[in-house]
Amino acid sequence: MKAPAFAYAKPRSLAEVCALLDERGETARVLAGGQSLVPMLNLRVAAADLLVDISGIESLRGVSVTADRLCVGALTSHREVEQSAEVARHAPLLAQAAPHIAHVAIRNSGTFGGSIALADPAAEWPACCLALDATILTISKAGKRSIPARAFFKGLFSTDLRPGELITGVEIPLTPGHRSVFLELSRRRGDYAIVGVAAMAKVQGGTLQDVRLAFLGGGDRPLLAVHAMKAAEGKPPLADLGPALAADLSPMADLDTSARTKLHLANVLARRALAALAG
Amino acid sequence: MDHSLPLTLTVNGTRVTSRVEPRTHLIDFLRDTAGLTGSHIGCEHGVCGACTVRVDGLIVRGCLTLAVQCEGKTVDTIEGLSDSGELAELQQAFHERNALQCGYCTPGMLVAALDLVKSEPDASRERIREHLSGNYCRCTGYQAIVDAIETVLAMRRTTAKAAGARP
Repeated sequence: MKAPAFAYAKPRSLAEVCALLDERGETARVLAGGQSLVPMLNLRVAAADLLVDISGIESLRGVSVTADRLCVGALTSHREVEQSAEVARHAPLLAQAAPHIAHVAIRNSGTFGGSIALADPAAEWPACCLALDATILTISKAGKRSIPARAFFKGLFSTDLRPGELITGVEIPLTPGHRSVFLELSRRRGDYAIVGVAAMAKVQGGTLQDVRLAFLGGGDRPLLAVHAMKAAEGKPPLADLGPALAADLSPMADLDTSARTKLHLANVLARRALAALAG
Repeated sequence: MDHSLPLTLTVNGTRVTSRVEPRTHLIDFLRDTAGLTGSHIGCEHGVCGACTVRVDGLIVRGCLTLAVQCEGKTVDTIEGLSDSGELAELQQAFHERNALQCGYCTPGMLVAALDLVKSEPDASRERIREHLSGNYCRCTGYQAIVDAIETVLAMRRTTAKAAGARP
């Protein structure tokens, strides 16, 4: 299908973007890479009177590192994250997750910030942001905000973003002592995840410390599995996190996979992830 | 309501100027306005890969890209990549390995395959499969397609080795 008609603007500055979004309110949509928005417009499950193309704002692009954090600009493409030496060194979880995002042709266009703003519960970056304890940086005509990722995702395609607000980047605290693992199950390479896990921990004498398990496909939003994390803390890798995960996750059934199966698969992935972290 | 905008871009080395509606996908602009019907339209929501083209050197989905997003950019389609000879080895290998049946997916397959051949000369069969995972062949001729790409990679490695061995 083709998208219905809309107007298009490509502002040259962040101030212009904020002014346009403020003025046009909910009738305007931000266009970054368009890899979710354009198909949604094509299928007519999303609508807009105006697309505000932010791809000309160069300050939103790229990866940078300071003494204690990595910053990923909102316009950085999935492929740039995948191939970034700085990401591989300072936040390997992101490099591990990137190949699971759709296909190369889509990763070339789709953006880090776009994926977080959309908040698809099966998406990779939001779950990674929870595991990494990242902070989402935003701007609007009212000013800038820093929102902890763990308070950002509110529900199905729903976030803490306010009308007229734009994600500018994501800050990730450096965790040099942690190991990370990203695992995902999908029916075919590049398909939406049935369920997936972004896992991190420090390993000391065969036990796991500061265990972090964030799931995609585990509910209506990316979810931090706090009960499972507590159960796994300070121990060698556990073989069964089933009861804890049942308290943490509420997967939604889809055409192929029941909620119960997804919960079972989440437990399988958690077990594999913990074993991989320790090994 | 008319939202149309002026658009200038370079398609297969030629500067093209036109007016487009923002809702126009790059693939429709290329096929209907530029008359380049070699790139195909399959699913129109980014799943099948039949519309794969190159924008500023990177492969993208023609159905998930708006023409207006390509202002000032360089677009390469199957026609340009074919005429320039860049695809010659792959086309020959696809022919020899019978890697096309109905041919509908072939332009997208070739553009995606070229991207891999250029960026990963040592790609394994598994990596070829991964790289092409976003391109569907509804005749299901995947084995022959992977064979053809594997052949080109092997041929290129042999050529590179021979060139390196020369005194």
